[in-house]
Amino acid sequence: MRGTLSDRMGAALLMAPLLLFLVLAYAWPFLGVVKWSFTLPTPGLGQYQALITDDLVQSVFIRTLRIAAIVTVVSVAAAYAITVVWVRGTPAQRLIAEFCILVPFWISVLTRAFGWVALLSNRGLINTWLQSIGFISEPLTLVRNEFGVVVGMTHFLIPFAVFPLASAMRSLDERVLLAARGLGSSRMRTFWTVFVPMTRSGIIGSAMIVFVFSLGFFVTPAILGGGRSVMIAELIYLRIFQSPDWGLGAAISVVLVVFVGALMALLFRYVKPKQLV
Amino acid sequence: MPTYRPGPVSLILAVLVALFLLLPLLAVIPVSLTPSRMLAMPTGELSLRHYRSLIEDPRWIQSILLSIRIGIVSSAISTVLALCFSLGVWMFQPRFTATLVGFVLLPMVVPPVVSAVTLYFLLTSISGVSSFFGYDTWLGVAMAHSVMTVPFATVLILVSLSQLDRRIDLAARGLGASVWERATRVIMPNIKFGIVTAALLSFVLSWEEIGVTLFITSVNAITLPRLMWMGLRDNIDPAIAALSVILIIITVLVLAVRSFVVRVRRGSEPL
Repeated sequence: MRGTLSDRMGAALLMAPLLLFLVLAYAWPFLGVVKWSFTLPTPGLGQYQALITDDLVQSVFIRTLRIAAIVTVVSVAAAYAITVVWVRGTPAQRLIAEFCILVPFWISVLTRAFGWVALLSNRGLINTWLQSIGFISEPLTLVRNEFGVVVGMTHFLIPFAVFPLASAMRSLDERVLLAARGLGSSRMRTFWTVFVPMTRSGIIGSAMIVFVFSLGFFVTPAILGGGRSVMIAELIYLRIFQSPDWGLGAAISVVLVVFVGALMALLFRYVKPKQLV
Repeated sequence: MPTYRPGPVSLILAVLVALFLLLPLLAVIPVSLTPSRMLAMPTGELSLRHYRSLIEDPRWIQSILLSIRIGIVSSAISTVLALCFSLGVWMFQPRFTATLVGFVLLPMVVPPVVSAVTLYFLLTSISGVSSFFGYDTWLGVAMAHSVMTVPFATVLILVSLSQLDRRIDLAARGLGASVWERATRVIMPNIKFGIVTAALLSFVLSWEEIGVTLFITSVNAITLPRLMWMGLRDNIDPAIAALSVILIIITVLVLAVRSFVVRVRRGSEPL
């Protein structure tokens, strides 16, 4: 198939526009950002040194890792619970589970963050209700802190965690489960000792996706954190737009890309890309 | 034949997760009906004033029209580029295919905030040269959105090509069809569905794009998500609740129609 001159010309002509577009509009400007990180405000490694010594930057990195870890554990566990029903439930249960997974998935991140503001803010649904039944007198602070950020991000990421889990559960041989039950294993024991271990690749894939996504998350933490629990992405935004320090913003971006790249490389050592969808 | 079904504990946990997923979507409904000018639960009477302000306030209409324009242009760019690229990959299977496809998928994998900084660098550089195509212009936003959506369009088109039978292309080729004829009269009619899906997904992704848009617009190119963002950050405007309710209803309707169509298609095929 390959080899003739006209074939190679044809392939080149068809593939060139997109490759050229991405080189000019993506690869080249990314190198520009890397250049910023080494040249602004003064040439040298100053920005990277600042990353290591700056207390604020340090605390934001640690907070981001902590939030990403919590969100990963909660999202994967919650996604697991609903995926079991989506994959193995009766047809009616499957339909309802699919609805609950896909409707939030297709709704924009802004609308979903706003929904949590409406629920959790001082004059929101939960505080109004708790006050009206006299359970609390002062509104609870549920947003503009880390709790709000974790809730909002978990909500956003559950559907993404579902897909690798569903693919692992679908490829699992049902006869093994029936054999375990037939040999007298209880429901609980079958679930923990047979079902869960057999979906391990899905759990790893889903945890990695959620973790990587949460590291670079911008919109939900910015809205539900209210400027008080800043994560890496928001720090980049603040460095570039509020205290114009393009060099530091660029340096954080470069570190983030390298970190995510290393994580992805690790992921693909354990899971094949096809198992993630 | 017996089947392995989830037990009562699984079902209860799944119901809790389902409630968690739906709760914030339902919460915007009462807020959208509040008569108050600020974010609050309605106490007593209900009002449609925030729905009316969506129609009466020209800013909402302008940003909706802008988002539609940007969505159409960026979806056209990314679908055409993705289609040509995928046809090249499928028809000629060039060397280094995996590397090239990997390169094309980068904007999908790189953290969005880094793509945003990158596109900000690009558009501010262009702004020095041209005033209507650069930072804070609608063409600049459309181009940035194309960069972000083209990996998704490429994946969808490559997937539908991978399900195509190569022999029909070999037959066309054996009968003397040119590359152009093979592409437009043999291959493309067979992946119509994939192309349309890619264009629609690109449009939807551009329509709701906010992470990159925030970095590359300031006062002129205010898309709908950008306007919602401003209303959410400063003083929460209940008009956003009204808009959210409308967007949620549209999403639910589209998903319902889609699942109905899928069911009918499956039903008509002999299994």
